[in-house]
Amino acid sequence: MSVKNDTIKFSDELTKFIMEWKEKPGNLIMILHKVQEEFGYIPRDAADKVSEMIKVPLAKIYGVITFYHFFKLTKPGDFNIQVCMGTACYLKGGDGLIEEIESLLGIKTNEVTKDGKFSIEAVRCVGCCGLAPVLVVGEEVFGKVTKDQLPGIISKFN
Amino acid sequence: MALRNYILVCGGTGCESAGADSIYKNLISECELQGVADEVQIIKTGCFGFCEQGPIVKILPEDSFYVQVKPEDAKELVSEHIVKGREVARLLYNKNESKKHAKVEDIEFYQKQFRIVLRNCGFINPENIDEYVAREGYAALEKVLFEMTPDDVINELKVAGLRGRGGAGFPSWMKWNFTKQVEDDVKYVVCNADEGDPGAYMDRSTLEGDPHSILEAMTIAGYTCGASKGYIYIRAEYPLAIKRLEIAMGQAREYGLLGEDILGSGFGFDIEIRLGAGAFVCGEETALLASIEGERGMPRPRPPFPAVKGLWGRPTVINNVETWANIPVILLKGGEWFSKIGTDDSKGTKVFALTGKIRNSGLVEVPMGTTLREIIFDIGGGIANGREFKAVQTGGPSGGVITKEHLDTPIDYGSLTGLGSMMGSGGMIVMDEDDCIVDVTKFYLGFSVDESCGKCSPCRIGGRSLYNLLDKITKGDGEMEDIDKMKEIGAAMKKASLCGLGQTAPNPILSTLHYFEKEYLAHIKDKRCPAGKCKELISYNILADKCIGCTACARKCPVDAIIGERRQLHRIDPDLCIKCGVCLETCKFGAVFVR
Repeated sequence: MSVKNDTIKFSDELTKFIMEWKEKPGNLIMILHKVQEEFGYIPRDAADKVSEMIKVPLAKIYGVITFYHFFKLTKPGDFNIQVCMGTACYLKGGDGLIEEIESLLGIKTNEVTKDGKFSIEAVRCVGCCGLAPVLVVGEEVFGKVTKDQLPGIISKFN
Repeated sequence: MALRNYILVCGGTGCESAGADSIYKNLISECELQGVADEVQIIKTGCFGFCEQGPIVKILPEDSFYVQVKPEDAKELVSEHIVKGREVARLLYNKNESKKHAKVEDIEFYQKQFRIVLRNCGFINPENIDEYVAREGYAALEKVLFEMTPDDVINELKVAGLRGRGGAGFPSWMKWNFTKQVEDDVKYVVCNADEGDPGAYMDRSTLEGDPHSILEAMTIAGYTCGASKGYIYIRAEYPLAIKRLEIAMGQAREYGLLGEDILGSGFGFDIEIRLGAGAFVCGEETALLASIEGERGMPRPRPPFPAVKGLWGRPTVINNVETWANIPVILLKGGEWFSKIGTDDSKGTKVFALTGKIRNSGLVEVPMGTTLREIIFDIGGGIANGREFKAVQTGGPSGGVITKEHLDTPIDYGSLTGLGSMMGSGGMIVMDEDDCIVDVTKFYLGFSVDESCGKCSPCRIGGRSLYNLLDKITKGDGEMEDIDKMKEIGAAMKKASLCGLGQTAPNPILSTLHYFEKEYLAHIKDKRCPAGKCKELISYNILADKCIGCTACARKCPVDAIIGERRQLHRIDPDLCIKCGVCLETCKFGAVFVR
């Protein structure tokens, strides 16, 4: 199909996925997940392109993106440090971990370091409460984290 | 050749993040290296529940229970246990030193537990349908399709007395019956796997450990209510559960247990996965359905109830994961068997995620009517680090706290509501004397405010006002009239909010005000936080008779707020101190204290 918007390129896999889901009712959230999987966030141009491809107004797409916590509108760092803020992690000092990471990296939560390498995010319960407090970097989960371990964890990705 | 040993490695998220996958791989390669690969079967199972001691490895038939296993232990486990038949004592779980050999049934954590929902977790490989079938999997579906009418199924659920495990506790048979009675050629079955309650992971473990049980139950509901399509709405944050569900669905289709003409019965049913995107309000049925439809997850007024007018306006049965997991067992063993477990008010078992300041964190399944004391002290091993029990929170952001005086209350839907809390989805968070009740309440309110969809004003504005009042109190600016204000706003929210989120959001405040009013008063009147948690109300100080002037704290202090020469008494400058607590953690002489 011809799409006017060519400021952003979708992989063949993503395009194929969108075409497959195009006619299915309730497809928008599934498609946005796939877009975020590809880019790490949902760039404005990508939302624009999706809007054209599935014929859904951009305003509606933004309505959905901004409603759900999982969707991001800005690019996270290469390594997004997600600190669990579930109740168990909070009680065991998750907020202290965030403060410490903020001071180690010199950025606040939801910010990205100048070199684009790290960002910090406070996330909802990741579901390993037995390991509280927990933080997640990429696919890797760190459990029973203490402040002392943080410089080591960060340098692992540096 | 007959197999000599089965090695079960826990593949739940907790153990997986602590290296279970490397253990699994190392065990396979070690068995090959040591030439016993043909005699041993190594299986990665679902969650064992004893997350505190993970990663867990169990070896059959000896039933040896190895805990806190590391990937490098694989070599010794194979060379000692498998090859030489000697248990590796240093890795065995033995709380009592006298008892060398800890069988699973001897472990306090598992005594008093009774597993229906988690029946297969930790026993089977969730990625292999044959193992599920071997443990009576899909037998209930077969029985329903060939021996039971839809009315028989509903009657069995009625006799069983199963109530929804997602929070509100609505009788499941009634939901199913409503949908069954509506005449419509398109109906839907939905599984709510959007486990958003912070501090709860029962559904995650069930899906990861036993995905087929959910598929089987949903298919049964499809047959009973006349639906041919099901949706599993699951959190995108649970990638492992999603993967295992996808594998399970593929295998079930291959075996003719899902899809057209199931087992040659002429009945067809299929399931699709839909991902959530992080919105707690989607736990509310009508909001969840809006989200499956691809919209913002905002609730609708009820009635009409989803059972009559749900997904895309069609009759829809929605149950949560734990409710679904009970269904096959009930139909196989009979409603009467199930109804004998539990209390008059609540039948069966309940799975709790026991976390917080507890010695043995983990997933526990107990019959309804078990007391909190049994769960926290017998199963959970009591409070960690020798601290005092303060309260236990159930029901998450919609629930409340339960104090020491009520530890002997048998747990069921009615008794928890009577105490001002609720069953909720099953998060059970234990607090000790170091936790500030006002601060924890503020945490829950912050969560509810963040998750409010904003559609109705009692929830949107009321929640924010409550949060602001709590914030004011924790900062030392609270006034006596704030307490009445909170009660008033809370009562209005409960009455006027559109959905369960707003109606229950004030519960943490109302419950803690009831049980811990003194602690609120300490913050408001004395400007003091008894637990030493609220930063604006505490100060760090150094005890003159304990400080030896070692400079350890001064060197660690990130803002150079500690003044003092070597071998001289140190002092903390209150104007510079950011109350991070590093000095307290650093001092080996107990010279730093919080006031």
